[in-house]
Amino acid sequence: MYSASDLKKGLKIEIDGDPCVITNFEFSKPGKGQALYRCKIKNLITGNQFDKTYRSVEKVNRCSLISRDYTFSYIDGSNYVFSDNETYEEALLGEELIGDLKNFIVDDMQVEILFHDDRALDITLPNFVEMQIAETEPGARGDTATNVMKPAKLPNGYEINVPIFINEGDTIRIDTRTGTYADRVSKG
Amino acid sequence: MRRIRAFFYECGFTEVETPIRLKVPCMELHIDAEPSGDHFLRTSPEIFHKQLLAAGHEKIFEVGKCFRRGEFGPLHHPEYTMLEWYRANADYMDVLADTKALVSAVWPVCSTDWKTLAVSDAFLEFAGWNPIGHYTEDRFDIDLVEKVEPALIQFAGPVVLIDYPIEAAALSRRKLDNPFVAERWELYINGVEIANAYSELTDPAEQRRRFEECAEQRKALGKETYPIDEAFIQSLGKMPPSGGVALGVDRLLMLIAGADSLDAVLPFRGTGL
Repeated sequence: MYSASDLKKGLKIEIDGDPCVITNFEFSKPGKGQALYRCKIKNLITGNQFDKTYRSVEKVNRCSLISRDYTFSYIDGSNYVFSDNETYEEALLGEELIGDLKNFIVDDMQVEILFHDDRALDITLPNFVEMQIAETEPGARGDTATNVMKPAKLPNGYEINVPIFINEGDTIRIDTRTGTYADRVSKG
Repeated sequence: MRRIRAFFYECGFTEVETPIRLKVPCMELHIDAEPSGDHFLRTSPEIFHKQLLAAGHEKIFEVGKCFRRGEFGPLHHPEYTMLEWYRANADYMDVLADTKALVSAVWPVCSTDWKTLAVSDAFLEFAGWNPIGHYTEDRFDIDLVEKVEPALIQFAGPVVLIDYPIEAAALSRRKLDNPFVAERWELYINGVEIANAYSELTDPAEQRRRFEECAEQRKALGKETYPIDEAFIQSLGKMPPSGGVALGVDRLLMLIAGADSLDAVLPFRGTGL
């Protein structure tokens, strides 16, 4: 348990069983009144933001978040299935939790999953992933300009802008944090 | 600081210096004194000033450091500069007039359009209930910081919240015509609390009862209690009716500087003090 005076910006706490993070924090003490700790809090599961004021006598639950290493195995309907690198236990993550990152998940990819109790909260992919271009208009021969971009499709149908010299079958590196082209790995 | 002193000298006040280390700090429910050897550092010069009033001084002021344990935030620092002044044969309205004159003397561009708002009206308007006669501490404190104080920013000039619930009277006198109200005001400028004032309580029996009650409440909260300062209680019997103000000098400077944190006026704040 934290006491109210331990609270600070960035601290993760548990409210009604949900993991939350304090996004803003203010010490307040109205004239002759008690110390109050005014927090803006974000629920890490629902994303809801709310204000809460703690009195100095109040206690706040600690929140234990654990991050573990997993390997991607397969897709089962709308769930992505990963296996624990140590125990081989499977973890199912819904499409809505993974969001746009699903476009960059490839076979045997090493990922980090953040858990609160047994509930998966977040997934982190490697910063870069290599993928092959499935479809794109051929570029003009000899054109190596990197600042002229054209659309291309990945094998999973995701559209990405690539430099004009990239051809079908080329393998490129994608920055998973921004979802953009980084560089070419090899020619197809 | 020079302008503050000049103002009081021109108004005929005597500057006093009172002890900073004391055997017995003034007991208040939510103010904790910093120990200093076998003494405590003062949380306010109040108890000495009242003894000076009892001894016949009529207009006194002091500027000095006070210490409150554990108070740290954009508007709080455990060591801060307090300006405190008292007028004998006066009440909280008389010292409100002093305060207006002082603020315009040290901060000429501050608005002179002061609004006086009864605590009951402010709570009814911004928090939807009247704490006078229905006071509960938690609800009062939380609504004050969440609803009432933020609403005060909308007024262009300084705002005086006046006539507090008797339960939040601290060392102020009960209003003659309303037993639920204490003659206390707090000054807010730009939503920041700057000063606190009372028509001072001069009844030794009532003061003793409030200290004893406060000690009980502190015990219940697991806080240390301080013995009752008998010399102070005795002197109240001889003290004339008086008005007194405590004003946070650092906060006033911060506002004059246009800043929103004491960081702007306390250059050594981040150095581990």
